Amino acid sequence: MTHATLLAAAGEITSTSTGEAAVFWILAPIAVLAAVGMVLVRSAVHCALLLVANLFCVAVFYLIQQAPFLGFVQIIVYAGAIMVLFLFVLMLVGVDSSDSLVETIRGQRLGAAIFGLGFAGLLVFPIGSAIDGGSAKGLDAANEGGNVQAIGRLLFSDYVFVFEAISALLVVAAIGTMVLGHREREGGRVSQREWMRRRFTEPGRQVTPLPGPGVFARHDSADTLGLLPGGGRASGIGGIPGVPGAADEPGAADLPGGRGAPDSPDTPGAPGAPGVSDGPGSAGPGSAGPGSAGPGGPRGSGGPDGPGTAGGGATPGAPPPPAPTDGAAADGAGGADPVDANGSALAGAGKGDDR
Amino acid sequence: MRVDPVLLAATEPGGHPIHYAAASGVFSLSWLLIVLPLAGAAVLLLGGRRTDRVGHIIGTLAAGASFVLGLVLFATLLGRDGDDRALSQHLYSWIPVNGFQVDAGLLVDQLSIVFVLLITGVGTLIHIYSIGYMAHDPARRKFFAYMNLFLASMLLLVLGNNFLSLYAGWELVGLSSYLLIKFWEDRPAAATAANKAFYMNRVGDVGLALAIMFMFATVGSTSYADVFGAAAAGVIGYGTLTAIALLLLLGACGKSGQFPLQSWLPDAMEGPTPISALIHAATMVTAGVYLIVRTGPIFDGTQAARTVVVIIGAATILIGCIIGCAYDDIKKVLAYSTVSQIGYMFLAVGLGPAGYALGIMHLLAHGFFKAGLFLGAGSVIHAMDDDQDLRRYGGLWRYMPITWVTFGLGYLAIIGFPGLSGFFTKDRIIETAFDKGGTSGYLLGSIALLGAGITAFYMTRLFLMTFHGKPRWSAEGPDARHPHEAPVSMTGPMIVLAVGSVFAGGLFVLGHSLQDWLEPVAGEGVEGVHTFSPLVLTLLTLVVTAGGFAGAYLRYQLRPVESVARPDAEVSLVTFAARHDLFANTFNETVAMRPGQYLTRFLVWLDLVGIDGLVRGSAAAIGGLSGRMRRLQTGFVRSYALSMLGGAVLVVGALLLVRAG
Amino acid sequence: MNPANYLILSALLFSIGTVGVLVRRNAIVVFMSIELMLNAVNLTLVTFSRINGTLDGQIMAFFVMVVAAAEVVIGLAIILSIFRTRRSASVDDVNLLKY
Repeated sequence: MTHATLLAAAGEITSTSTGEAAVFWILAPIAVLAAVGMVLVRSAVHCALLLVANLFCVAVFYLIQQAPFLGFVQIIVYAGAIMVLFLFVLMLVGVDSSDSLVETIRGQRLGAAIFGLGFAGLLVFPIGSAIDGGSAKGLDAANEGGNVQAIGRLLFSDYVFVFEAISALLVVAAIGTMVLGHREREGGRVSQREWMRRRFTEPGRQVTPLPGPGVFARHDSADTLGLLPGGGRASGIGGIPGVPGAADEPGAADLPGGRGAPDSPDTPGAPGAPGVSDGPGSAGPGSAGPGSAGPGGPRGSGGPDGPGTAGGGATPGAPPPPAPTDGAAADGAGGADPVDANGSALAGAGKGDDR
Repeated sequence: MRVDPVLLAATEPGGHPIHYAAASGVFSLSWLLIVLPLAGAAVLLLGGRRTDRVGHIIGTLAAGASFVLGLVLFATLLGRDGDDRALSQHLYSWIPVNGFQVDAGLLVDQLSIVFVLLITGVGTLIHIYSIGYMAHDPARRKFFAYMNLFLASMLLLVLGNNFLSLYAGWELVGLSSYLLIKFWEDRPAAATAANKAFYMNRVGDVGLALAIMFMFATVGSTSYADVFGAAAAGVIGYGTLTAIALLLLLGACGKSGQFPLQSWLPDAMEGPTPISALIHAATMVTAGVYLIVRTGPIFDGTQAARTVVVIIGAATILIGCIIGCAYDDIKKVLAYSTVSQIGYMFLAVGLGPAGYALGIMHLLAHGFFKAGLFLGAGSVIHAMDDDQDLRRYGGLWRYMPITWVTFGLGYLAIIGFPGLSGFFTKDRIIETAFDKGGTSGYLLGSIALLGAGITAFYMTRLFLMTFHGKPRWSAEGPDARHPHEAPVSMTGPMIVLAVGSVFAGGLFVLGHSLQDWLEPVAGEGVEGVHTFSPLVLTLLTLVVTAGGFAGAYLRYQLRPVESVARPDAEVSLVTFAARHDLFANTFNETVAMRPGQYLTRFLVWLDLVGIDGLVRGSAAAIGGLSGRMRRLQTGFVRSYALSMLGGAVLVVGALLLVRAG
Repeated sequence: MNPANYLILSALLFSIGTVGVLVRRNAIVVFMSIELMLNAVNLTLVTFSRINGTLDGQIMAFFVMVVAAAEVVIGLAIILSIFRTRRSASVDDVNLLKY
């Protein structure tokens, strides 16, 4: 048994103090729970917070294992700097990019579970069987003149070249980040007004961020488009101008009835929130739209025909879609003032948001 | 196996040692004989369009230079002793493989020099003739290039001092013949005829190749001296010798258009007429005769093969004569007459040493008069706007007197008019056939005699239908013809050849000049017991010939000739058969082509389904497997990560297992 | 309590981090899972440092932290630039390199 021999070679194992045992048995479950929660929660921000919790636990473990320097570095650098960086990027990408837990790769989750458990088993059981009351040498001797001093002495004597190499690595990483993050600006400086104009008028341009990974069309908000079960993007905001690409996804046709059922009579051109579905399975034809959109009942019949055209109906320059098939047009306000439509779409989105 | 150029003696059947003296002096230039026309061909073919304007001159000069050199060599040979006239020239080591040494070398002796003179002489004349004949052809340069190539190949064939050189020449003449038959390759008939000639020649060539392999297997060498020496010394067993002889005969039959491989020769007339004259009448088709005479020492040792030669010769005489009577195409008639005349030569050389010289003699005389006849025919065809049908000729003597006279002389020579060359040479063959003695002698003699009669008949028919009688063409109307005499470049060679037809025979026969000349090579013609006295036989031949002439005269001169042949349904069975080449093509098709076709189809099927199926199947299996396997590459990094984790689990598990074990 | 319990804990954390990498699609969350795995390794190093009575393990853990910081910076920059062009932070969306 490899671990047994390893541990036996480590010398006599002393039982740790009671205080340390208490700290361990309190914090270890928390660390494990935080890790498990990280895997399970949907929101990336929650995920990051759980990771911070985990890091704190591990930092405490460092402290009680006679590694105060590492413990504080862990807290300052990891839980402080790096996690801030993570959150910063999360904000850039979009806080709403919450992860769906619906798996799209067949067998991935099962395989991950089997192999993960197998791996854990392979690591844990040999170690567990090797724990037979031995003792550790402890670092009292090594930390004689203080942990930080000892580490500093080692760093600048035995590990000085590694240290230098790591420093070079850090410099390279900094430069690399700048290179990756740098964007050439073409032409003159673009004003914010111009940016906004481009955002809404350039053809084929996505106004909103793309939906977060695995976000299915549970709602129809302007800022986060849902994914369709087929992999396409939900056509999104019917009334928003400058979203020609909205209806171009083949997958958009996968959701008849999921759209086009207006949830409110006074939001012309807005598809409104279809039935709030919990996953792809509930996005079946006609099942969600008319069924759950109670207020829109009278016009629910326009739903099944309308999904593909609803998105393009109000696009400026696009010919008005055939009236009978378009729920918005049937309302007499199809192709109305874009701004108005936009606003109503946002309103509709707000209503349909299940969060 | 190196041929010692100084003194190579192989024992000749008669016991005379033959000396291949080293070529020196002017003879060391004998390679130029081949190289000159070859250079001409190379210049013309590589020079491309730039040589278009002077192509015919270059070609003719190359041929003429070769002829002049041949004359010089001949004159020098004349000045040497009879036993010292065979000169071997070692050129270079051709195939220096261990145990298989072949030297490229030339052999200038009495036989080959005669052929050299015939080939280059007639060749030069026909080159000159072609200048006029092909004047309007856009590809005249190419034509002369091919003709030069042919001359070089044919000279290599007759000048080589080993069988491999002969074989190379043999194949090269086949190639040039093929190229020239299909010279007008846009005519389907010409292309088909060229293919047919090529295929049927292949049959013969396989025989020749096998014979050479046999020689090498038994003697270990392919040089004439070694093989003939071994054959004469009785080293080769009778069976092997007979096999070699029969295989050689197969090669000879293929090249010379003899039964049963005769049917390509008439079709080869699709080529330009000068080609018909040079290759398919005077020179190439007589290569078979040359081969048999050259390999005389082999045939001398096997009576069986010799008998086969005689039978083939006799059969071919009759076949050629009979079919010659039925055709209305002037060139086809001449072609079948060639077939039949070569049959005479085969008959002669099959009769043994007594006939070798006669065969060569007839060959030379035939080279003159048949080339003359073909050139005359070409002149007529030229005048009649490429119409080759005898039935639309008639009364042409008035319009083209020179052609009439030269053609007439050739015609008289071929039917054996007293005093002209055919008279001397053919008579001697008939006489020798009778002299063979016994029933076979009578039979062969009678066939030869009958052949002479029929030859007289169909040649007279040809001549009368062309030049005499009422014109069956008109000078007016849409089909108007304006016959005219050919230009001097065409008539000149015709005149020379006509003179040759008149005097060659006499020159060869009188005083046994050619026989004596060829004696060291061909052996001494033994004067056997005459079955009939020569005088009686000559008279008999004349009577038969006159009978043939009279028949044709009565039928085609005194009675009007229809301008359209009677349809097949109204003619006699013999005519019908003759018009269809005595069903030779049908026979070939049924016996050789169809089974071959079925075999080919079967093999193609086997290849497509069996072998290709195997290959394609394995490829498809691997392809299909890969097509499925590549689905593993989903592009999802998480799938890859899962595989990595799986691998890690396996490795760790395996490590633990090993440690635990 | 035995110090080797830290090893069991870190093995568990490492496995959980692995599963996180495998099942999450948000590239940032995947990255966080990787950080979790690195932490587990660090814990192992520190524990062994204590068991062996030398500081080499801690030095190693320190280096791992520094490298992890560099890696995070670069990785997040890559994620950002991918997001900039593809408007997506899903690792499944970046799947052009396939059959």
